[in-house]
Amino acid sequence: MRDMPGRPSRRGFLKGSVAGAALLPLAAQAAAQTKEEAPPLDQYEPVYLTADEWSFVMAACDRLIPSDGDGPGAIDCRVPVFIDRQLAGEFGKAETWYMKGPYAPAADPNLGFQSPLAPAEIYRQAIPLFQEWCRKSHGESFENLDVATQNSALTALQKGEVNLPPELRDFFAFLLANTKEGYFADPSHGGNYQMQSWAYIGFPGARGAYAEWVGRENAKYPLGPVALNGDRS
Amino acid sequence: MATRTDPKKDVVIIGLGWTGAIMGMELAQEGLEILALERGEDRDTVPDFQYPEMFDELKYGIRYGLMQKPAKSTLTIRRNLEETALPQRHLGSFLPGDGVGGAGSHWNGQTWRPQAVEYRLRSYVEETFGADIIPEGMQLQDWDVTAEELEPFHTKFENVAGISGLAGNINGKIQEGGNPFEAPRSADYPMPPLKNTWDSELFAEAARNMGYHPFPRPSGHASTAYVNDYGMQLGPCNYCGFCERFGCNNYSKSSPHVCILDALKRKPNFSYKTRSEVLQIEKAADGKTATGVTYFDERTGEQVFQPADLVLVCAYSLHNVHLLLLSGIGQPYDPVTGEGVIGRNYSYQMTGGTSMWFKDKQFNPFVGTGSAGMTIDDFSTSQIDFAKEGFIGGSYITGSHSGGRPIQQMSLPPGTPGWGSDWKQAIGEWYGHNMSIGSHGSDMAYRDTYLDLDPTYKDRHGRPLMRMTFDWKDNDIKMTQFMKTKIEEIAESLNPDIMASGYKSEGAAYDVRPYQTTHNVGGAIMGADPKTSALNRYLQSWDCHNVWVMGASAFPQNIQYNPTGALGGLAYWAAEALRKDYLPNPRPLV
Repeated sequence: MRDMPGRPSRRGFLKGSVAGAALLPLAAQAAAQTKEEAPPLDQYEPVYLTADEWSFVMAACDRLIPSDGDGPGAIDCRVPVFIDRQLAGEFGKAETWYMKGPYAPAADPNLGFQSPLAPAEIYRQAIPLFQEWCRKSHGESFENLDVATQNSALTALQKGEVNLPPELRDFFAFLLANTKEGYFADPSHGGNYQMQSWAYIGFPGARGAYAEWVGRENAKYPLGPVALNGDRS
Repeated sequence: MATRTDPKKDVVIIGLGWTGAIMGMELAQEGLEILALERGEDRDTVPDFQYPEMFDELKYGIRYGLMQKPAKSTLTIRRNLEETALPQRHLGSFLPGDGVGGAGSHWNGQTWRPQAVEYRLRSYVEETFGADIIPEGMQLQDWDVTAEELEPFHTKFENVAGISGLAGNINGKIQEGGNPFEAPRSADYPMPPLKNTWDSELFAEAARNMGYHPFPRPSGHASTAYVNDYGMQLGPCNYCGFCERFGCNNYSKSSPHVCILDALKRKPNFSYKTRSEVLQIEKAADGKTATGVTYFDERTGEQVFQPADLVLVCAYSLHNVHLLLLSGIGQPYDPVTGEGVIGRNYSYQMTGGTSMWFKDKQFNPFVGTGSAGMTIDDFSTSQIDFAKEGFIGGSYITGSHSGGRPIQQMSLPPGTPGWGSDWKQAIGEWYGHNMSIGSHGSDMAYRDTYLDLDPTYKDRHGRPLMRMTFDWKDNDIKMTQFMKTKIEEIAESLNPDIMASGYKSEGAAYDVRPYQTTHNVGGAIMGADPKTSALNRYLQSWDCHNVWVMGASAFPQNIQYNPTGALGGLAYWAAEALRKDYLPNPRPLV
């Protein structure tokens, strides 16, 4: 086995894994119970987002995946933390994307992303423009609008009725995709807190071994989700 | 300009995916000194695909952890000759791999042999229906090789890769439960089929009830413990649902690492270098042979000339073509005059599908593999009356699913809002209650679907990006619309609560954003005539006899199947010609 910095050793992995937990159920449960609770979202210190941007992202996520009804909402799942971390990282900086000119941001959308701006910069430039539109159209910034007006404002943004310049036109698509990613991704990325979304829909996460379950007819899989770090919900 | 020249090798291999590994192994057995140059990172099952880190949908499924990085390598795309091509700035429609193992790390494992008629499609159409049914601009071509000739080499690839399946035709005798429309095979698959998920069984039963012939889809996933011809071991699949876009943590999915590379790395006359991107194949003064390659050594920032007697181009199909264009090997194709061969006959894949939602059926969608499933070939290329139906081509039709990963694979009924309370309600209500039937079909090449060098955009080395010109054509849209009618009949017979279809319809424009398939073929095609093909029937360059080009870039038009089985068989076919005919007497073989 190659020596990889930052990777848990096989022995360390077994200690915290499903396999280890199966051998030591009581110890594993005790470990889960003593785990530190995440700080409340209002005490989270964003890595990339400014205070204004954070407050917008909090409000927008709450509308895109609300907490009402069945299942957890984006705020319950700490999706804004995920978004902040993504924007600070490789995705936000478009580190792996081809970002050389010339650019044609107004090209047919079928030809794909053509903005000169990386996603983090698109959030940065688009949020104030959308806030300005909310104030002009509805008299308040997004966070202060009532739920129905927030929903209609986001719908206008989605439909391209907010008239963002073409280099920002993917803003809503990124915001929605990132929100769903943060809702459903492994908790190690900052969202899907306590695997609530997986438990809600019935996705078992990183269990990864279902040979006994192939072909079963109309039988619901009974085990709850497991995260990459071995946590169980 | 190269700043360093390394000692000469007998063979240099460009790219260490499936075909690079196959050629390395076969030629290493001849005792040749071989160096493989791989532009991406080194990779192996442990630690790169190991449990649990590989089960990270965001990192690998959504952020493309194992795929090519456009910052380092991409292309431009346009739909027609008039449009300005724009760069593929991040991945979408297709996902080329890089790194050791290439796209063979993160494929789904669907491993087919083409139908006999697909290797000689132009001849078949002319003989059976007449040349006048071929639409204007469609450049149908024969491969100049037959299913019969390739049979032993397909068998070899299936034995090395470790394919699970059930033969339908062994030496002309139809086998119960297999595909009755496949070309005759000399033997059954090395392993029995995988177990079926319930949705696949429901599809198979419905198809059988309609008089069709369902069979298990051949699969590059071990259904049992298996040791291949090179002594490499595979373990039975766990049905983990993390195949496409992921490396297999379980030594179950056929990949170059699991099936070939550890045996190859033990050969003293084989070596490989990673982070070594070949910039150009160098030609001798007379232009008739290559002298080696110049590559960029990412570790030192140097350009290195690597002399070699034999240059094997084994990168992803698109990169093979790009490298030939950059190296001036073969005349570039011109869509206006129709002259030239490099870049000619690019084609893609025509797919469609019908989804069904059942309130009272629970499917556990996370229990899956990339390639189990039940298939019918009743509407395959060999089974359709092209003159009557008005198109050329065909599809296989499969009931299957590959996993239930929630970011990418959440399937909701039509009309469900994309966000908000109703979306959240729907994911809770419908996750696990969905199944689908897919059509995976042929795509023809046309005079104006091709690859050349982009006039504007450059890569990090200052080389022009390759430009793809491609759009959907009426013939292939008619084909997929035909499949829609057949699939919807089957789907309706299952009485779903809700049903929705997605097939290209008339006037559909190629959209580079959503993932479709990584089945980009053509551009350096094989054939009998140097005026219309870049390679001869052994995949040897017509122009430089010591340059051989492997991979799906050799397909004259796309088959109805996933390409890996065909390109694996072709690699063994080429390796045999190299070993038995070329090495004793290097020259143009045709």
